[in-house]
Amino acid sequence: MNYLLKNSLLPSGEKIDLAILDGHYVTASLLPAQYETIDLVGKQVLPGLVDLHTHLREPGSEESETVATGSAAAARGGFTAISAMANTSPVADTAGVVEQVFRLGQNAGLCDVFPIGAVTVGLAGLELSEIGAMADSAARVRIFSDDGKCVANPLLMRRALEYVKRFDGVIAQHAQDPELTKDAQMNEGLMSAQLGLKGWPAVAEEAIIARDLLLAQLTQSRLHICHVTTAGGVELIRWGKARGIKVSAEVTPHHLLLTDDYAKDYDPIFKVNPPLRLESDVLALRAGLADGTIDVVATDHAPHSAESKDCEWSAASFGMVGLETALSIVIKTMVNTGLLDFNGVADRLSIAPALIGRYENHGRLFELGSPANLTVVDLSRNWIVDRDLMSTRSKNTPFHGFELPGVITHTFFNGKLVFSE
Amino acid sequence: MKNLLSINDISREEAILILDTASELAKISDGPMKKLPTLRGRTIVNLFAEDSTRTRISFEAAAKRLSADVINFASKGSSLSKGESLKDTALTLQAMGADAVIIRHPASGAPARLAKNEWMSGSVINAGDGTHEHPSQALLDAYTIRKHLGKGSSDLSGLRVAIVGDVLHSRVARSNVLLLTKLGAQVTLVAPPTLLPHAIENWPVSIDYNFDNIIEEVDAVMMLRVQQERMADSYFPSAREYARYYGLNRDRMNRMKADAIIMHPGPMNRGLEITADVADSARSVIVEQVSNGVSIRMAILYILLGGAPIESGINS
Repeated sequence: MNYLLKNSLLPSGEKIDLAILDGHYVTASLLPAQYETIDLVGKQVLPGLVDLHTHLREPGSEESETVATGSAAAARGGFTAISAMANTSPVADTAGVVEQVFRLGQNAGLCDVFPIGAVTVGLAGLELSEIGAMADSAARVRIFSDDGKCVANPLLMRRALEYVKRFDGVIAQHAQDPELTKDAQMNEGLMSAQLGLKGWPAVAEEAIIARDLLLAQLTQSRLHICHVTTAGGVELIRWGKARGIKVSAEVTPHHLLLTDDYAKDYDPIFKVNPPLRLESDVLALRAGLADGTIDVVATDHAPHSAESKDCEWSAASFGMVGLETALSIVIKTMVNTGLLDFNGVADRLSIAPALIGRYENHGRLFELGSPANLTVVDLSRNWIVDRDLMSTRSKNTPFHGFELPGVITHTFFNGKLVFSE
Repeated sequence: MKNLLSINDISREEAILILDTASELAKISDGPMKKLPTLRGRTIVNLFAEDSTRTRISFEAAAKRLSADVINFASKGSSLSKGESLKDTALTLQAMGADAVIIRHPASGAPARLAKNEWMSGSVINAGDGTHEHPSQALLDAYTIRKHLGKGSSDLSGLRVAIVGDVLHSRVARSNVLLLTKLGAQVTLVAPPTLLPHAIENWPVSIDYNFDNIIEEVDAVMMLRVQQERMADSYFPSAREYARYYGLNRDRMNRMKADAIIMHPGPMNRGLEITADVADSARSVIVEQVSNGVSIRMAILYILLGGAPIESGINS
């Protein structure tokens, strides 16, 4: 199907008619006689969103999510590329597993699914996994991460950073010192002291960020910090960038909005790793995202079955789904507060993550000849999050019942309309 | 009042009502006929997912003195380990028609989950959850302090209480800080810095790392149990060093005010946080805390389950 998207308001503020032929942007005059016209007057058009941090649970936990259901959630949330984290069962630490996930993504056909490879075998933190084989596989893996676990051994982290230089890869670190967070349940502070839940100090994140910045400097390699949550972490990354260290960083939508106050009733829907922090951290994260210290918003979409949240806090799993609410949360916390305009949103949610992941077909600003990956959002309307009306297989959204701005009306992936309201 | 999950759930007036009710009920316990018909036909479940002989027996005795039917449900472990989930346990108890569930659980917040999720329609009483709270213990402690030092006052105004030991992991300490300060007492926490919660400067208490600084000034000393596993986790170097700095021994006891009392929620590690001679001394009210516990728990059940007015209860 070919399309003419009339009155497309681009992030730059320009308003044009976008013509899509055989999956690519073309000048309108090249459209054949048969095409569908969609009038986007009053709506905002963005390049297709790119998520660097998605848990799809396949293989291993298909009751929570599959590559197909996660892809559907991505399309609904405006994402045209997602990055499947390695902590599946089996772990994505061989070419075989990453190729399987990659093919499942292609079969679903709703977005690009780029697998992330494990840094260490079985995420055990003991020896490097077959990083080269994953990079050279059909999945062309460029991002490696033990996410869920920290690469705590500094020597192994150094080796990993050095090793991925061969193919311009990047190590995405889950910054969490394991010794400082043994059995930790939530942010360490007034709330954890009151609730009697084991605290998770900010320094557990910051100490690893500081160490890894210095290792990235030493190795001249690319480091990506997953889900920064603390003001101190933002400060360290700012320092690292000023020194010319090749570091990028992400923040999740939930850390841009929620604080540890939400833990007060022990509802594990708010239990997440890394934990929700303080208001001062939230404001520092927003400021860091606004000034570019934090490069991207990544969802850390983490589906979990109902029973793993329908229990006491300490027995519950860590994590929240986020693909379908991410853009609205960014609009609420960054655009409606005046911190970011839609050029900024396009950068933090599409251009910058595509650059970090080396996803060439994404994050491109409607250039003629490039693949038509785009998202349309109606800013004139709010919506109420309903966990029962989402495409993800799991219902663990912390935003159920929240009224959020911006309704996604269309998502095009390679010129195909993969979601429409 | 429907549930008792945290001391934060009750006002100062409600706390005093519980203490006053316990006083009235204690008179009955001292009499020849210990049993009241107040909760006849009501079913109370003791749901204990963690070992606790004394608290369970105390609640059981309290419920039985009010003529309730008591079911003891000991599920070793929780959904933390394998076995039935808390939710399924709750649904089971609900189906059996429990009017109240008294829950002891290793997970902080488990009683709140039981009550808030509407898994259960009956009352939920927290009998100790993880490192969160133990409200009935705090109420019996306040009752004991008032009885000895209250001089007829309804609250604890003007009294100074030291809570000594592993505050970080102590649900007894958390509930006592909330309740004793609510009742007007000044609370000082005495512990090595490793055993105090982070951000404790926001609590309405004073802190002293040095037991000897305050021993002469306080009206009551509440010693907390030190768990053996804390030593393995390097919270302090050795049992001997802990006992030297934070143990209550005869020398420290002799420096206490003339009428000051010594408390311990039990079970004690004699020789660690408290020496045997101090535990058995005339200042020690540790055994009396146990009997006061039954009266307080009767009062809690009485008020939460809305028994008949107390006068008719006593007269019948």
